[in-house]
Amino acid sequence: MKRKNKAGQLEYHLMMSPGIIFLIVFSFVPMFGILMAFQDYVPAKGIFGSAWVGLDNFKYMLEIPDSMKILRNTVVIALGKIIFGTIVPIIFALLLNEIRLKWAKKSIQTIVYLPNFLSWAVVAAVVINIFDYHGPVNQFLQFMGKDPTLFLASNNWFRQIIIGTDVWKGFGYGAIVYLAALTGIDPGLYEASSIDGASRFKQLIHITLPGILPTIMLISALNLGNILNAGFDQIFALYNPIVYETGDVIDTYVYRVGLLGQQYSFATAVGLLKSVVSLTLLLSANQLSIKLVKMRIF
Amino acid sequence: MKSKTFGSRFADICIWMVLLLLTALCFLPLLNMVSISFSDKSAAQANLVGLLPVHFNTNAYQLLLKDTQFWRSFLISIERVAIGTAINLMITVLMAFPLSKNKNDFRARNIYMNLMIFAMLFSGGMIPIFMVVKNLGLIDSIWALVLPGAVPIFNVILLMNFFKSVPEALEEAAIIDGASKMRVLFGIFLPISLPALATIGLFSMVGHWNDYFSGLLYMNSSSNYPLQTYIQQLSVDITKITDPSQLKSLASVSNKTLNAAKIVVSIIPVLLVYPFLQRYFVSGLVIGSVKE
Repeated sequence: MKRKNKAGQLEYHLMMSPGIIFLIVFSFVPMFGILMAFQDYVPAKGIFGSAWVGLDNFKYMLEIPDSMKILRNTVVIALGKIIFGTIVPIIFALLLNEIRLKWAKKSIQTIVYLPNFLSWAVVAAVVINIFDYHGPVNQFLQFMGKDPTLFLASNNWFRQIIIGTDVWKGFGYGAIVYLAALTGIDPGLYEASSIDGASRFKQLIHITLPGILPTIMLISALNLGNILNAGFDQIFALYNPIVYETGDVIDTYVYRVGLLGQQYSFATAVGLLKSVVSLTLLLSANQLSIKLVKMRIF
Repeated sequence: MKSKTFGSRFADICIWMVLLLLTALCFLPLLNMVSISFSDKSAAQANLVGLLPVHFNTNAYQLLLKDTQFWRSFLISIERVAIGTAINLMITVLMAFPLSKNKNDFRARNIYMNLMIFAMLFSGGMIPIFMVVKNLGLIDSIWALVLPGAVPIFNVILLMNFFKSVPEALEEAAIIDGASKMRVLFGIFLPISLPALATIGLFSMVGHWNDYFSGLLYMNSSSNYPLQTYIQQLSVDITKITDPSQLKSLASVSNKTLNAAKIVVSIIPVLLVYPFLQRYFVSGLVIGSVKE
């Protein structure tokens, strides 16, 4: 029998209190700030003094042409990141798994995991340097007899560069979870199948891939909640007015219109819609993953 | 042992080639940055630097030593990492312990847990959070960089799961000896969770060091920027161009070697903790494995 003494309960509450106070101030109070989305918020009047406008901000959102563009940019970039950010790490993990030389494996991992731990401020500078008009990529293109391109000021290239550099930064680290899943596959299966004369390719299709399938499905379900997260830190550090057409996403738009343009109510409404949709997707993903792989995301 | 078939050998060669290509792809852009920082200024400006420095020299680094704003930002980042990580760890430990108890032990456990999961999944958004920080008078202060993210909810859940795996007998023995919950946490749970805490702490440190946007958001005066915000501002010109032709001339106005040196120095602290991170992060992911 457990003793449920009052002093013990109080101690637990005391332990929770510092964190809970911070959560109230910086998470729950801002949630009340969402009320701004239904107001014509004027900073001088505050939340209690500003006029209520109902759903006007949301109606306005549907009317302006920007909305479609930003939604499209967000989903295209986020989907691209999800798809390539899943496939490339899987391929990398599968290839690395074939390597028997321990030290080579370790060295490759050390180098490939590194970009994940660099700031987007640093990576953006590296990307700007590599894709500079006179930089290495354009020098290579010229060597191949092609014309140089202003990659970061080109609506034909901006999304690809955003998706590509995001995959570049994260694929190594993203592979860790698959490598862990690969070590969990029973080695006996490989031995048995090679006695039966299965080729390495056959083993890949019939043993390895099914072995990591639950992990792949879990990660994919988790990613569903990210479909409106195109990666603010990255895009903010790389975009410019010329590529707003293809690169402006919900978060960058909220920042520009809301904080720089001071249309607080409208930007909060846009942000709120994004939060609600993301939350719904994540909850569905959780249900999906409970059903498919018997694992909860949270 | 059966010798490898020709097909298998060919596959091995292909695998090696792809892996080496991927590794080079990760490494070379960074190497290029390092080479530029050690190169002759005019060679860098003319884009002649490839994988090795041209006319090796350390002029850029000597110049950087005298750059007071860079070092001011560097110190602000160090301060942020120290304060931010300490707060993160303290709160993680304190919250993970009560939450690792079941509902019979800590009756309000599930209420707290649901609040935290809600806070993790749903956010008021950038603008309401900004207004809270502003109304609290935290603009231009170091606290604006560490307090809004003081509760790393995901880490709390990781450590909570780790605490759940600690044998109950350990705690019961201490309770019978009359130890308080606080004593149990700091005397028993804390020492055995040090490796897990090290992992969480290292990730926290790197996260604080690398974040550039909150510096931009909450600091009005650029002299208060943490280092990564300062670094981001070096290439901020590109986010302002409105005409493609401007992009062509951008590189020639900035001091390429000095900027490269700044970037390289800003990575060094991450490289210093990287070996430790690498030792831990696989195990870190393991303790994070989904269970409830």
